[in-house]
Amino acid sequence: MTQTREETAIDQQPAANSVTPTRPLEAQPKAMVIGASSGIGAALVHELAHRGYRVAALARRESELTSLRDAVNAAVGAAVMQSYVHDVTDYEAVPDLFQQITRDLDGLDLVIYVAGTQAAVAPGEYNFEKDAAMVRVNLLGAMAWLNETAVRFERAGAGHIVGVSSIAGDRGRSGAPGYNTSKAGLNTYLEGLRNRLSRHGVTVTTIKPGFVDTVMLKNAPKTFWVIPPEAAAQQIRRAIDKKKQVVYVPARWRLVSLIISLIPSFIFRRLSI
Amino acid sequence: MNEPMDQQVKPVDKSKKAAGERPSSNGRLANAAPTAFRLAAEHLERVPAWGGASQTISHVYRPTTTDQLRDLFTLARQTGRTIGLRGGGNSYGDAAMNGENILLDMSRMNRILEWNPENGRIKAEPGVTLSQLWQYVLEDGWWPPIVTGTMKTTLGGCAAMNVHGKNAYQMGTIGDHILEFEMMLANGDLITCSRDQNSDLFYAAIGGFGMLGCFTAFTLKLKRIYSGHLLVETCAQPDLNSMFSYFENQVASSDYIVGWIDAFAKGKSLGRGDIHKASYLPAGADPNPSQSMRLDFQNLPDTMFGFMPRSVIWMMMRPFMNSLGTRFINMAKYYAGHFGGQKKYWQTHAAFHFLLDYVPNWKKAYGPGGLIQYQPFIPKENAPEAFAALLRQCQLRGLPNYLSVFKRHKPDDFLMSHALDGYSLAMDFRVTPRNRARLVSLARELDEIVLRANGRFYFAKDSTLRPQIATAYLGQGAIDQFRTLRERYDPDHLLETNLWRRIFP
Repeated sequence: MTQTREETAIDQQPAANSVTPTRPLEAQPKAMVIGASSGIGAALVHELAHRGYRVAALARRESELTSLRDAVNAAVGAAVMQSYVHDVTDYEAVPDLFQQITRDLDGLDLVIYVAGTQAAVAPGEYNFEKDAAMVRVNLLGAMAWLNETAVRFERAGAGHIVGVSSIAGDRGRSGAPGYNTSKAGLNTYLEGLRNRLSRHGVTVTTIKPGFVDTVMLKNAPKTFWVIPPEAAAQQIRRAIDKKKQVVYVPARWRLVSLIISLIPSFIFRRLSI
Repeated sequence: MNEPMDQQVKPVDKSKKAAGERPSSNGRLANAAPTAFRLAAEHLERVPAWGGASQTISHVYRPTTTDQLRDLFTLARQTGRTIGLRGGGNSYGDAAMNGENILLDMSRMNRILEWNPENGRIKAEPGVTLSQLWQYVLEDGWWPPIVTGTMKTTLGGCAAMNVHGKNAYQMGTIGDHILEFEMMLANGDLITCSRDQNSDLFYAAIGGFGMLGCFTAFTLKLKRIYSGHLLVETCAQPDLNSMFSYFENQVASSDYIVGWIDAFAKGKSLGRGDIHKASYLPAGADPNPSQSMRLDFQNLPDTMFGFMPRSVIWMMMRPFMNSLGTRFINMAKYYAGHFGGQKKYWQTHAAFHFLLDYVPNWKKAYGPGGLIQYQPFIPKENAPEAFAALLRQCQLRGLPNYLSVFKRHKPDDFLMSHALDGYSLAMDFRVTPRNRARLVSLARELDEIVLRANGRFYFAKDSTLRPQIATAYLGQGAIDQFRTLRERYDPDHLLETNLWRRIFP
């Protein structure tokens, strides 16, 4: 995300982004996946498309997004995915694009914010640029998109918001203070949204994946229990179906997180995790 | 009412102004096209189909004047949205829905503009409800020539759907009683249409489900009455053939006839049901017409069975709204009619006509999945066989309809009409998450039966029609003619609804 950014524009492919009319008794659930070009996001698009969703996929990288769209639509055998080139740090573009997408999809039931970035930080490195970039993508981008979503879902009295955060948000660790902060902020934001919106019939799910085999993993200090993004996507989809609130992916991370969160600070600050 | 409306429209003007100037966060100007797309979130509303089986989210605006209406047409153009029109929102399916686009709730344009109690001509705005209308004219000795089963429908909605009543075989559709209407075209111009003036638009916009323009005023001719009462007769008929022969014998001598069919009855009893018929009282028959035509006299009672508030009846109905419960209710209703024998009594107009208003929120008894209605219209020579086939098919698929209403019709001159010289059978089906797919395939099977019998359909009720079926019953010629008018009066396709997109993609 520290690369130069591309101009935000709505991806215009009339054939691929055309609206098929909704039939009252045959309504298709509609989802928006923000941060869909690779990793968990791309896997989620596949997963949802196969489960009968119509999906709007947003990502910064156009070529990845286009090949994802072609792959998904070919696999499903129908134009169920529509693509939108968008940089989540272009906050001002969000409200218009949001309305554009809800109209293209002819509705909206589920919004998944997956966009995330983790910069490689050396043990002694204090780099504001890197930290700010992570907060902009991981937290502020989520706020821009999910605030817009929240207004709509609250007025509709229905809807499901999913934020893909990380186990890394549960504690501030010596290896990744900036990344931990962005994810901790996201967790708290999602919790606040949940407390605001559940009374309006809206579900908010926080997903905390452990190590998932994506490009982001190369910047993680140590890895184990790595699962492929497809497995993560499947578990996330199940959590969505069950309307869970906070889900660890895979579930065993809940125990790890519990143990880590119980370690007192005077020990934790001497550890190298 | 002007001020709040201005506030509603203004935020969009602001965003439009900002569109050209506001730099995006990286210092470059944002793409102008999507920026002008934004509509204020406070107009987002959940809009359900009347039957509750589907819903949409729309940007809902409520104009009160033609100027505001014109502003909203402009707003739609500026933001690249389509406009759907909604009256009372009583269409069972998606006829008055326009998801993710602008929906104009016309119910605030509800003034009676002119009323002449001498000749029964009334001029009124499209948001005037039938309830408002009959209450306005009754004490002068008039009644709307056509009323729907609920009085919550608006004139605009009634004309757009070209509705009928229980006297359709005699009085036709509401379009037959509209002398003239004014309509705002998509470009903001007002146009007057009648049988002599812009007649192509007159015959197409009535029954044109809001796709040619927005009605702004109607002139209607009402029906003279001489009593607040109707003479009502009820009886039961043991099978479908008796229902048909009763109707054929009685239509000449009665003003209203409606049948209720027990859709659960099979074999020899297939199509059995009750009949309610009614006639106006001639002048002089009511000893005290000024009394019976008073509004207080017509008001529906607050309680049923003498003690139960009407507002809670739907909760009592809720446990019965399943196959077993409705089977019992339909049977009980039939036998009550059967053993009760023929009855004859006076009933107020309101009580006879607005049965659907008798139990407020009765649709809630169908549960959260709601209901849909399937109402085919079949020429009289094919109707006995086709109705038997329809009822059998529903039973075969294990989806008997809970309420079936049987009516006689006559053809009219409107382009997209449902009316014909024959019968209709309105069938209410409960919708649940589990039976949706089965209902859809049942509807496809029923469509085939209706088409084979040269039948027609009715947009006000429809939730399942597919483009090829609409083409088959309306004929390519009528559809082409309608599309040509649309190209002429709304070349940018500003007016759309979910129904239009579904049936005429």
